[in-house]
Amino acid sequence: MSLAARHLEANGIPTVVFGCARDIVEHCGVPRFVFSDFPLGNPTGRPFDAAMQREVVGLGLDLLETATRPGTTVVNPHVWSPDPGWKDKIFSKEQPFLSEDAKEKWLRRKDAYRELKGSGKV
Amino acid sequence: MTHVRYIDKTRDYYGNEGYDTPYRWAHFDEIPFTRPAKPLSACRVGLVTTSEMAIVGEPGAWDENDPARDVYSMATDTPVAKLYSQKEAYDRHATTLADVDSYLPLTRLAEFAAAGRIKDVAPRFQVIYSQYSQRKTLTVDAPEILRQMREDRVDVAALTAV
Repeated sequence: MSLAARHLEANGIPTVVFGCARDIVEHCGVPRFVFSDFPLGNPTGRPFDAAMQREVVGLGLDLLETATRPGTTVVNPHVWSPDPGWKDKIFSKEQPFLSEDAKEKWLRRKDAYRELKGSGKV
Repeated sequence: MTHVRYIDKTRDYYGNEGYDTPYRWAHFDEIPFTRPAKPLSACRVGLVTTSEMAIVGEPGAWDENDPARDVYSMATDTPVAKLYSQKEAYDRHATTLADVDSYLPLTRLAEFAAAGRIKDVAPRFQVIYSQYSQRKTLTVDAPEILRQMREDRVDVAALTAV
């Protein structure tokens, strides 16, 4: 996603990325970034909260106009929950990221990718 | 409390599961930058997402076993109630993808267009796969999105990472 933003920007289309994984997006480096400190899944506001979504998308539109240098991040000021426990639980043994079914599919894709790579197709 | 360090977390998580070659996240020292050529109220907004959108009751665009999936697009005037996300890699314990506008803000952008904050929304949005192969993203997927956006005369783009 960040790579696509960089490609569009480099070819004349200004971009803004909305995301919840600040370290990954900033490690890559994108022109403009609206960061929500929310669980992975809702980069444009809390589900069923149209007012917050309007605010978050609005931050991105503002940023398109106001950013003066690349690598500009603005932070959605809303807090997901008074209990930050979700931050500890994500990617933990107690709470596997993928369901069993999704993990099996992921492993199949991983094997298939290895084969494609081995044959020089990717 | 500060934000989650996903790079460290995933390295430890998959390391503990026996995958000892950590994923190398993309990193660049230089970042491109282009200012909008006109006021936002005159801009057509394009939209890109990783949210694996599909139409309710219809099969998705991707083979679930395909590790090198291509970009696809869908009409932005598709009623949001008919859309859903097939994405499995999200924090399913803490949140939900039941509200499309929380990751693909079609309704919100339509509202901004109606209010004159932007000119309009491009006729289609693009869905991109978080590839294992950064090379494919760079040499195939991103150029395809650029091609479609140029065809649609997109002025600025919003990208949502689910």
